[in-house]
Amino acid sequence: MSKVKVRVKFRGILQEREAVANLDENRIELQGRHYRVDQLMWDAPISGAVYGTLFNYKGALAALGETVYEAPYHGEPKAPVLYIKPRNTVIGYGMPIPLPADARELEIGAALGVVMGRTATRVSEEQALEFVAGYTIVNDVSIPHQSFYRPAIKQKARDGFCPVGPWIVEQDEVPDPDALGVRVWINGELRQENTTANLIRSVSRLIADVTDFMTLYAGDTLLVGVPEGAPVAKAGDHVRIGIDGIGSLENTIIHEDELAGGQRL
Amino acid sequence: MKRARIAYAGAIHHAVEENGCMKLEDGRIVAEHEVVWLPPVQPRTVFALGLNYADHAKELSFQAPTEPLVFLKGPNTFVGHRAQTRRPKDVVNMHYECELAVVIGRPARRVKREEAYDYIAGYTIANDYAIRDYLENYYRPNLRVKSRDTCTPIGPWLVDAKDIADPMNLTLKTYVNGKLTQQGTTRDMIFDIPALIEYLSSFMTLNKDDVILTGTPEGLADTAVGDEVVAEIEGIGRLMNTIIADE
Repeated sequence: MSKVKVRVKFRGILQEREAVANLDENRIELQGRHYRVDQLMWDAPISGAVYGTLFNYKGALAALGETVYEAPYHGEPKAPVLYIKPRNTVIGYGMPIPLPADARELEIGAALGVVMGRTATRVSEEQALEFVAGYTIVNDVSIPHQSFYRPAIKQKARDGFCPVGPWIVEQDEVPDPDALGVRVWINGELRQENTTANLIRSVSRLIADVTDFMTLYAGDTLLVGVPEGAPVAKAGDHVRIGIDGIGSLENTIIHEDELAGGQRL
Repeated sequence: MKRARIAYAGAIHHAVEENGCMKLEDGRIVAEHEVVWLPPVQPRTVFALGLNYADHAKELSFQAPTEPLVFLKGPNTFVGHRAQTRRPKDVVNMHYECELAVVIGRPARRVKREEAYDYIAGYTIANDYAIRDYLENYYRPNLRVKSRDTCTPIGPWLVDAKDIADPMNLTLKTYVNGKLTQQGTTRDMIFDIPALIEYLSSFMTLNKDDVILTGTPEGLADTAVGDEVVAEIEGIGRLMNTIIADE
């Protein structure tokens, strides 16, 4: 099952296209011709709001250890802990991730992105996947931070801190979103490996719990979480996030002073 | 000029206030009660400030912050003037928060406080409801508390920036069923509007139609189903909404 239907957006073109991706070869078929993914210029394939979920991997919560019972947390989270990756953060496959002048390294947050296909309010766990258009790969970049008490806007909402892509794999091509291997390579070296089987809230459960209080609109993207042990990367590092059945998202970290208009000149 | 977004006669229009009525772009004049008020801008990135008035911070037993306490709100949470806000069953403390909302007019990156006002399109009012029952201590206050559907009325008008001589000297008042329950002045903000624009734009780009909700003074109170809540800011307007039962 290495060929999947995908939706793509190319840089500078407003309309979406449909295509077939060959995941084994990391190639895409457009009107009968085949291209390597890195030959093409990609735009982020999403348009709506992007919501991240904190501590949704069992290991990520466990990594906090006993501190969850201490001040300031006073216990494990009950409801999903969400955050927003605003519009200024979203960039496409292949675009440089800006390293801000006040940061030495960036945490790489490998996340499965669930892209909504229609408005979802108070949907049940059983019906949740019917509201999903498909899945993409999101690099939820952060400046490393140790406290999770206050919203981490300054650490998570910098320009270019949310690479997304290269495409959206259609929902019916992913039989079980709760059993996908997630891997991160930095400069070709495998640095992290996990699976969405380790989610605390499965994709369906998460959609149900979030839409209980908050509508997700068509085009919004919900990140299922970042696994524990997120690797860090520095200027010049090439970052690749691979998710089984979805593809690979690749970006390079470049110091922000070397970028103009989101590109290195 | 005061500007509104409204639904009227099967379409969405922009309107301006004229002699107590609303003038649509095509010249039609309609009365306020004939329209459905929508949020006066379609918000993009929305920032909200926690504990930005010293008296309110004290009221909640917090020390005033040394750096702005900022959280973000999703597009789902906004409703217009005269809208309904749902109160979940079984909650014991759902309080209003009357706030001056600053609407950004153009891209802003690394803006110094001296130039900050040049980036503002105008001002409106937000009622930033919070359900304290749902507070937890992770990325607090989290979206379940602060970004719920219907829980951020905003409007009625976007008032042009040039029409507000000093946004840092405006009286804020909240009335519940006609009774004054909250009163303060924007003078008492810990981080004033130029400071907030300088702070946020120091690490990220602000864009047109981004909105900054600048925090609320003391005087919070629980609201009940059926309450009519009016958030009023001098020179900006009166934002009314009604609490309804959830279910």
